[in-house]
Amino acid sequence: MAAAASPVAVKDLTKVYGSVTAVDRITFSLEPRTTVALLGGNGAGKTTTIAMLLGLVVPTSGEVRVFGADMAHDRYRAAERLNFQSPYVDLPMRLTVRQNLTVYAGLYGVANGAERIAFLAEDLQIGPLLDRATGKLSAGQKTRVGLAKALLNTPELLLLDEPTASLDPDTADWIRQKLKDYALARGATILLASHNMAEVERLADRVILLDHGRILEDESPAALIATYGRETLEEVFLDVVRGRARRGSKDESFEPRKAS
Amino acid sequence: MTAPAVSPGAVAVLLPASGLRASLRRIGAMIRRYTYLLRSSGIRLIELIYWPFLQMLTWGFLQKYLATTTNPVAQGAGVLIGSVLLWDILFRSKIGFSTTFVEEMWSRNLGNLLTSPLRPLELVAALSAWSIIRLAVSMVPVAGAAFLFFGFNLLDLGLALAAFFAVLVLTSWSLGLLAAGVILRYGLGAEELAWSLAFILLPLSCVYYPVAVLPSWLQPVALALPPTHVFKGMRSILLHGVFDATELWWALGLNAVYLSIGYAAFSWFLRSARVNGSLLQLGE
Repeated sequence: MAAAASPVAVKDLTKVYGSVTAVDRITFSLEPRTTVALLGGNGAGKTTTIAMLLGLVVPTSGEVRVFGADMAHDRYRAAERLNFQSPYVDLPMRLTVRQNLTVYAGLYGVANGAERIAFLAEDLQIGPLLDRATGKLSAGQKTRVGLAKALLNTPELLLLDEPTASLDPDTADWIRQKLKDYALARGATILLASHNMAEVERLADRVILLDHGRILEDESPAALIATYGRETLEEVFLDVVRGRARRGSKDESFEPRKAS
Repeated sequence: MTAPAVSPGAVAVLLPASGLRASLRRIGAMIRRYTYLLRSSGIRLIELIYWPFLQMLTWGFLQKYLATTTNPVAQGAGVLIGSVLLWDILFRSKIGFSTTFVEEMWSRNLGNLLTSPLRPLELVAALSAWSIIRLAVSMVPVAGAAFLFFGFNLLDLGLALAAFFAVLVLTSWSLGLLAAGVILRYGLGAEELAWSLAFILLPLSCVYYPVAVLPSWLQPVALALPPTHVFKGMRSILLHGVFDATELWWALGLNAVYLSIGYAAFSWFLRSARVNGSLLQLGE
């Protein structure tokens, strides 16, 4: 029997916008049932990478496969097995939460849509919001509703772009726990792009550190902290974005950038 | 010992993602979404009927006035009213298609849709079906009111009306596809195009006058547009009582070409938006 395709396999992936190289020949793959964080500063290439995984952006060169499907040309082969949440998209504001979730249950082909919505409403504590207009929700409530949409089809691969952006610490912590519970219960693979180090340390088994579209590091959070001789992932991140080399590095190409 | 009960919604039961039934289900989900939207705003519903109703009243009273005079223009009044109503079918259908598409961008929902299993052709099919539903919502009460107020029965045009309707709606979809593609690629900055594109056809498709009025070099351009044949056909019925089916076959043939071009343009702009990365900035 042929081995099941990897949830995500990216090879020499490059995206160039005019004179700007947003993603520069990156290669990585995700093992099933792992949570991986894409970490990097603004413009590091996180969102573009996720957009290419979703098929929203076509690569300039290289290959991006999700469950074996070429996302640049054949994304529908994998579309119902993944879902995503991002602060850069919204659900229609005039529709109620229940109406929005019903529409997406139809689009993803969820046969038990009503039951699934009821289950998610209880699990994500959005029951009292179901018949309210989506546009009238607070940021925290919208995030929970967005997560409900992302979990409607019980995705095997969940792509999250800044899942807790603009949330208060309590709500953010609650969302992280829910994501952790979901990954564990469903055996799902999660790829999240984040600036939030606490989030990454708590959720991720592995960190892919991007800088100027290139992968600088690809290790577990603990291994990264040890490699850089730091105490937290935030310190490692600052070392990387400020161009300070890792401890004992002999890589001459890894030169500190001059402060602008 | 009994196993703990598992909630029926704990896991999604997924239906097959490919095939005709799957496509129809996704198109149905989109039409449900548009229905929810229309139901959410009474003002939108009123607006849908308001403008065609005003048009009908204005031209109805003009027709009534002309009918009381011995002016020879009175004979032409029916042609003008017919032209206005048929033009409204084209215009309203085009607006229905474009507004519904632009709505997804206003609400920043397009990213969700384009990453879901919904295919572009299904999105187009849903927009097309919805444009007909919107047209029915706006035109059926107005046509009923025209009968009540002025005794004008649109159905008196018989089968020709159905054919005119089909040609005009098909043309509106071609225009809608082109406008949607441009907006996808260039963002909401190109939104004006969605509203103004249909007006390019107003002088060229000879809505209110015969093709012979145009300069000879412009006449082939006019005849290459499907609505020109509809308005020609309508004048032929109202002025001479003759229904020329050849005109309609021409119009339908031209529509097939324009619809193919419209969908190809939409697909090209969508592909270009994916290459350019502009789908990431939609609605921002």
